[in-house]
Amino acid sequence: MATPHVLGTEVEYGITITNDPGFNPVLASAAVVNAHAEGADRITWSYDAESPGSDARGFVVTQATVDETDSGLVNAVLHNGARLYVDHAHPEYSTPECGDPLEATLHDKAGELVMHRAATHASASLKGTQRMVLHKNNSDGKGNSYGAHENYLVPRSVPFGEIVQHMTAFLVSRQIVTGSGKVGSEHGRPEVPYQLTQRADFFEEEVGLETTLKRPIINTRDEPHADPAKYRRLHVIFGDATMSEVQTFIKLGSTSLMLLAVADGALGAPTRLSHPVDAVTAVSHDVTLHRTVDLLDGSRATALDLQWRYLTLLETYVASGDVPPVYKQVLTEWRGVLEDLPKGHAAVSDRLDWAAKLSLIEAYRTRDHLDWKHPKLRLLDLQYHAIDPARGLYHRLLAAGSMRRLFTDEEVAEAAILPPPSTRAWFRGECLRRYPDAVVAANWDSLVFDIGQPSLVRVPMMEPLRGTRALVEELLTASPDAAALINNLGGHDD
Amino acid sequence: MTEREQRSRARDTADETVHDAPRARGGDVAGKIDDLLDEIDSVLEENAEEFVKNYVQKGGE
Repeated sequence: MATPHVLGTEVEYGITITNDPGFNPVLASAAVVNAHAEGADRITWSYDAESPGSDARGFVVTQATVDETDSGLVNAVLHNGARLYVDHAHPEYSTPECGDPLEATLHDKAGELVMHRAATHASASLKGTQRMVLHKNNSDGKGNSYGAHENYLVPRSVPFGEIVQHMTAFLVSRQIVTGSGKVGSEHGRPEVPYQLTQRADFFEEEVGLETTLKRPIINTRDEPHADPAKYRRLHVIFGDATMSEVQTFIKLGSTSLMLLAVADGALGAPTRLSHPVDAVTAVSHDVTLHRTVDLLDGSRATALDLQWRYLTLLETYVASGDVPPVYKQVLTEWRGVLEDLPKGHAAVSDRLDWAAKLSLIEAYRTRDHLDWKHPKLRLLDLQYHAIDPARGLYHRLLAAGSMRRLFTDEEVAEAAILPPPSTRAWFRGECLRRYPDAVVAANWDSLVFDIGQPSLVRVPMMEPLRGTRALVEELLTASPDAAALINNLGGHDD
Repeated sequence: MTEREQRSRARDTADETVHDAPRARGGDVAGKIDDLLDEIDSVLEENAEEFVKNYVQKGGE
């Protein structure tokens, strides 16, 4: 079987300040990043293109306007290997590179904790009744969307055309599993009281490079932040930010498995939609899950039918190969959700955000006799995603025992400060922790050290599966300072 | 009438409905939901209409 993917998420958080309608979101986002408690974490993000090529740029906002690029320089590299920064007018958290979907889910949750701590700190300098509120959501309900992207490192040898052919119908149909739910519709889409996803209304193309307008189902951005001859990074922009741990795990795990199976040619002929873009809203706008979409072979299928098709193929694929046990856990959770979905949303409201939110909204509608247009329902929608455990409604449901978890609070707190052991993020995070004064710049694929010599020393990390704890812990332990580390590295790539 | 008064009055009305309807269907589940909604009422942002109206984000990505 193909080597399991290095993967991670990047989430832009909605930001607002209570009782301050005129607040500046760019400055507020910068305040969140700057408030990040660990002062030593504020290492410069390196945009230095010493190694040429697009992948050396880090996450430079290539299409930003002038005022946005200024704030785009607000960056922190964290001891857990993550990146906290301002992108456009949102604080954004990129998880460190993770070795499997469970680890990536844990670090996606740790991102919420990092953001919450930073926002709490930033709130302290606000006036009286003002409070900074962050939401892990993707839309303001008024036609503005911001992203929750998933990144999967895929072998360069896999033809991109095959990824497009296999992944399009998978991504469109996975909305029933991955949506975080939304009251109403926007961006000129037909009116609905409630839909499965935050993002469906914003997709207008099948394949493309854009992320901010004419968004495509399959995004072609190709910055691997690794050896480009060996890897591409599939940048999945077609998804919602999810609060539920189980849901995030299924989202990342099923997508990761699909890509492994594509790389191994294990899926047979691709299932292809006749009208992928139309199918996006057709699926998202139907909470009954009964609506069918046209397939190119002339048949029709529901999103649930398609998800069963993919699950079955991947169960066979996993059974026939030597896959790490975590992927069997993915299949078990995914199957559980597909089996329960036909029983109605209440049957999956302990695992899927769209269903949990819908159950909550229905309970309010029953109690308070609220029309679907009532602003309180939009507030419930929004506040479901608030990351403050005291006020966020996902967190209230969690506290009431209504949501299933995969991690303890302690595990999430640990991931907010410690890097995953399975990738080069471990080297990045540990160098920052062990040699805080010597690391002067960092990005995904290199670290820059000042070891007191006339020139700075760059350590390239072009291979994400090197720099792991297993590979470099001994080396770091044997290096009391950065100069010793550089000496011990002997000028070689980790 | 202030926003807060409006809100608490709306909640009084709501409470009457809650205590009759779901309890009539019986069971701890309905009671648990009542308690949860009461708890959520206490953490919801003060003025739903105002908060939702002011919630405008810039596009991102």
